[in-house]
Amino acid sequence: MAKFTKKKSGELPAVNTASLPDIVFMLLFFFMVATVMRQNTLMIQNQLPFADQVEKLDKKDLVMYIYAGKPSPRYQQKFGTEARIQLNDKFADVSDVQKFIYAERESKREELIPYLTTALKVDVETNMGLVSDIKQELRKAEALKINYTTRIGEVGKN
Amino acid sequence: MAKRAAPEVNAGSMADIAFLLLIFFLVTTTIETDRGISRKLPPIPEENIEPPIIKQKNIFTVIVNRDNQLLVEDELMQLPNLRQAAVEFLDNGGGIGEEACDYCQGPRDPGSSDNPEKAIISLVNDRKTEYRTYISVQNELVAAYNQLRNREAQRLYGMDFLEMESRYNDPSFRGDKETLKERIDVVQAMYPQKLSEAEPKN
Repeated sequence: MAKFTKKKSGELPAVNTASLPDIVFMLLFFFMVATVMRQNTLMIQNQLPFADQVEKLDKKDLVMYIYAGKPSPRYQQKFGTEARIQLNDKFADVSDVQKFIYAERESKREELIPYLTTALKVDVETNMGLVSDIKQELRKAEALKINYTTRIGEVGKN
Repeated sequence: MAKRAAPEVNAGSMADIAFLLLIFFLVTTTIETDRGISRKLPPIPEENIEPPIIKQKNIFTVIVNRDNQLLVEDELMQLPNLRQAAVEFLDNGGGIGEEACDYCQGPRDPGSSDNPEKAIISLVNDRKTEYRTYISVQNELVAAYNQLRNREAQRLYGMDFLEMESRYNDPSFRGDKETLKERIDVVQAMYPQKLSEAEPKN
């Protein structure tokens, strides 16, 4: 065994790992910056339907989100099981949609307002009555560009 | 108390901590954009404007009832057949003389639409219709338009219409955007998307 221990000078020196934390921290910061946390806490069930004729919705800052669906189980005691609209972090009525659009417009730069799109994230089980009411309110507020947010897949999966 | 030098903190486990955080953010990151069917709502019409008179044969009515069943042109239809039916209607080209459509490849049935510019798809929902059916129907109707536009774009320019659109919207595309826009407009004018939605009944 002595033969092995003596051979020390011929071995490769260990790779210096002192900068490993720096590299890892760099990656960490990249992912921390790139991560987009969900803006709104969903209070409704939100299973989106499937579709395949979809377009991308780029420029997240130009999108207003309207959610609709049945309240989640833990809110059902208070709000019932009838489908509701959610704007920002609160349940809302159909009449609040216009106010919401105006408030969103107020917060954007003026030259960007014509490019604003409304994304409707509606649960599959919602009745069209509610969706039509939302659409009617959007027409009144002249927010005519809409996008039905979907998952990608065959419609047969719906 | 005698002053003692504080022992150096062992930083050997820093890498482990950083790795832990890194893995957490790696797992939670979703770099994805939302996708969906884009539509434009019609503006609220001004008062006392007479709606234009449209020939019945140029309207393709799709009615969805509260049980999510489809009634297309007064016949019960299953969803997978809707796309083909819509394509046949839009591409019919039954018009004669001035209203003739020289690029249509449909059956030229005089009882169906005159030309794609006049053809209107009318979608009527019930308030109790489920959203999933509505999206499926929308998707199929948009697919019918896209299918026809793709065909014409292939014939004229050797490229899919959707491909043209995605290139046009791609900011890093280095080609000639002006011609591309013109071509998109030409194909869009051949099959304009005329999808009318009535307010739901009941």
